[in-house]
Amino acid sequence: MAATGVDSEITKSDKYSILLPTYNERENLPIIIWLIIKYLDGSGIDFEVIIIDDGSPDGTIEVAKQLQNLYGSNKIVLRPREKKLGLGTAYIHGIKHATGNFIIIMDADLSHHPKFIPEFIEVQKENDYDIVTGTRYMNGGGVYGWDFKRKLISRGANFLTQMLLRPGVSDLTGSFRLYKKDVLLKLVESCVSKGYVFQMEMIIRARQLNFSIGEVPITFVDRVYGESKLGGTEIIQFAKALLYLFATT
Amino acid sequence: MILIHKISNLNNIVLHRIMTKLLEWVSAASAFFAIWYSLIGGYVKHPMIENNMDVILISPIFFLILFGVYAVTVVLYRVFTFNNCEAAFLELQKQIKEANTELTAKGLKW
Ligand SMILES: Nc1nc2c(ncn2[C@@H]2O[C@H](COP(=O)(O)OP(=O)(O)OP(=O)(O)O)[C@@H](O)[C@H]2O)c(=O)[nH]1
Ligand SMILES: [Mg+2]
Repeated sequence: MAATGVDSEITKSDKYSILLPTYNERENLPIIIWLIIKYLDGSGIDFEVIIIDDGSPDGTIEVAKQLQNLYGSNKIVLRPREKKLGLGTAYIHGIKHATGNFIIIMDADLSHHPKFIPEFIEVQKENDYDIVTGTRYMNGGGVYGWDFKRKLISRGANFLTQMLLRPGVSDLTGSFRLYKKDVLLKLVESCVSKGYVFQMEMIIRARQLNFSIGEVPITFVDRVYGESKLGGTEIIQFAKALLYLFATT
Repeated sequence: MILIHKISNLNNIVLHRIMTKLLEWVSAASAFFAIWYSLIGGYVKHPMIENNMDVILISPIFFLILFGVYAVTVVLYRVFTFNNCEAAFLELQKQIKEANTELTAKGLKW
């Protein structure tokens, strides 16, 4: 999409650090890296991929090393940790080692397609946004592989969130986003929640701190390899976070 | 309580907004019920009010039901119009195959 437009507007000093937290993504990691390289290499976009693997029992790190050998250690950076310490701290760990002035956060399970990254970058540049977030709920966005129940939970939760928090952003729980690095650091500092509701709090805090937010419609294809989980605990976590933000922000 | 503890932790952030969303809802609800109560309590006198007293009495429940119907309609509409990205899925499947072929050729084992 409008690759030439992106090319001409890229300032030489801009660099994008893509954070890829992985836990048991042996099957997905080579594909996601291949896709990132496919869409970004040769586009004039300066980038690095930082893989934060939490000692995955399936040996994700071993595949990551092969990929590093293949694509070079300036493009593929490995920052593993000993054991599973959670997503929130994985991001913090990644940011610490990031050399870019922009950070892109995405899942490694192929539900976030790298083809949207150039669009994120383009939208960011248009209005000098502090954050650009992917949205499944806007025109052009969507999901694949969700049954009625999952769609109902997703739409219901989104309706409730929009009503109670009026965030001005259509997708709060999605985690495919681009941030200015200093903005992300500030947000991470001001967030208290753990787990996946962290994403929701980040965007609410961003509004509170008056950061500007752009949106890009994304298609979300449910993970192909590996188990997908959306259970009672996730819903309870979500409800708690929603009420907490409702009462405090 | 835990909540209060967390609020004080976040004081610097919370101060950015004078009213929390909860307070906004509480004040809107208070305003509504103040008006409602002044009508049913006979503090405002008008024949229109006295003639429609039963409607006024049940109006909070009426609005609640109305809102419930609205919410259910909107959510269901959005569920049924949720874009199914068949094309995105097929494209990804194709790209997975391409990636597998190319990476295997380059000697990657996984
Ligand atoms: N480093 C690290 N990565 C993690 C951890 N938990 C999850 N991840 C990775 O974070 C990304 C998102 O996790 P998912 O398990 O896909 O979570 P989700 O998308 O909310 O749920 P699914 O429906 O299962 O896809 C994936 O790339 C995971 O491999 C963790 O504890 N540490
Ligand atoms: Mg996922």
